[in-house]
Amino acid sequence: MNPIAQSKNNEGADEIDRQIIVATQKGLPLVAEPYDEIANQLGISSAQVKDRITAMQERGIIRRVGIVPNHYRLGYVANGMSVWDIDDDKIDEMGERIGALDYVTHCYKRPRHLPLWPYNLFAMVHAKTRQEVEDKVAAIASILANVDRGHDIIYSTKILKKTGLRLCSPKKAKNNV
Amino acid sequence: MTLLTPIEKTLINGWQNGFPLTSNPYAQIADEMNVSEQTVLDILVSLKQRGILTRVGAVVRPNTIGASSLVAMAIEPDRLEEVADYICSIPQVNHNYERENKLNLWFVVTASSKSEVDEILHKIENHTGLKTIKLPLEKAFHIDLGFNI
Repeated sequence: MNPIAQSKNNEGADEIDRQIIVATQKGLPLVAEPYDEIANQLGISSAQVKDRITAMQERGIIRRVGIVPNHYRLGYVANGMSVWDIDDDKIDEMGERIGALDYVTHCYKRPRHLPLWPYNLFAMVHAKTRQEVEDKVAAIASILANVDRGHDIIYSTKILKKTGLRLCSPKKAKNNV
Repeated sequence: MTLLTPIEKTLINGWQNGFPLTSNPYAQIADEMNVSEQTVLDILVSLKQRGILTRVGAVVRPNTIGASSLVAMAIEPDRLEEVADYICSIPQVNHNYERENKLNLWFVVTASSKSEVDEILHKIENHTGLKTIKLPLEKAFHIDLGFNI
């Protein structure tokens, strides 16, 4: 295995960090010593793999390490993306409140794209039925009452593709950074 | 709907976050659950085979390594399948959902840089003759720690 270049990427993630992420995005091997297997693939020690994952968690590059279930297969088939048009000067405060709700799995500020797309806050609600999604969105609406200039729920009808993060080859990445 | 045994549910709810960074992580989980390491591994293999386990691994914060954007497109119903198949064939597309809206195809493009994301969107527009609407994340209000099932 070639030594891996130490080129710095975004927020201090170097080439080894990138390779660890790529290797773990496919999933940790379901064997007794999974980090050893990743280490062997990358030609580094398993201590390095674990230390770097810990460091990337501390730096916020990795949010969590754990079981990633397929919620759709577990009956959470009413995947409703609630989208909201919120006053710009209130969005940070309200985003924090909505993101903290236990039934909101993702909550993001995104740009509007007028006139087609007036919404700037996205709150993903996973539930087992549309009625349940609608009840939860109604609860969000009551929190946002004074700053909600319009909202909608957009349901997914089909998951066409869902894979972990894909990164292109390190060589190409380096040229583009 | 796929049913879970109580032990499968305990495993999924207990380990969506804080997976052990020790030499034998499955053995550590097994200890805490009072089962054998082989039982934990067998359950995970079974969940994987049944399509319930996407993976055991790291969830990476968007835009810390590389760049990504949510993208939406409005596609006439009779072209939806063709365009969706094409979008799925692009390696940098890692989520692609059909949704009930005038904007009926929603996907995430992840690449090594913002300029590469833009290049891919340009390629999609050229290939399909349709506009792409880029809705990149400006701020995240939620740390995804998984949720109880």
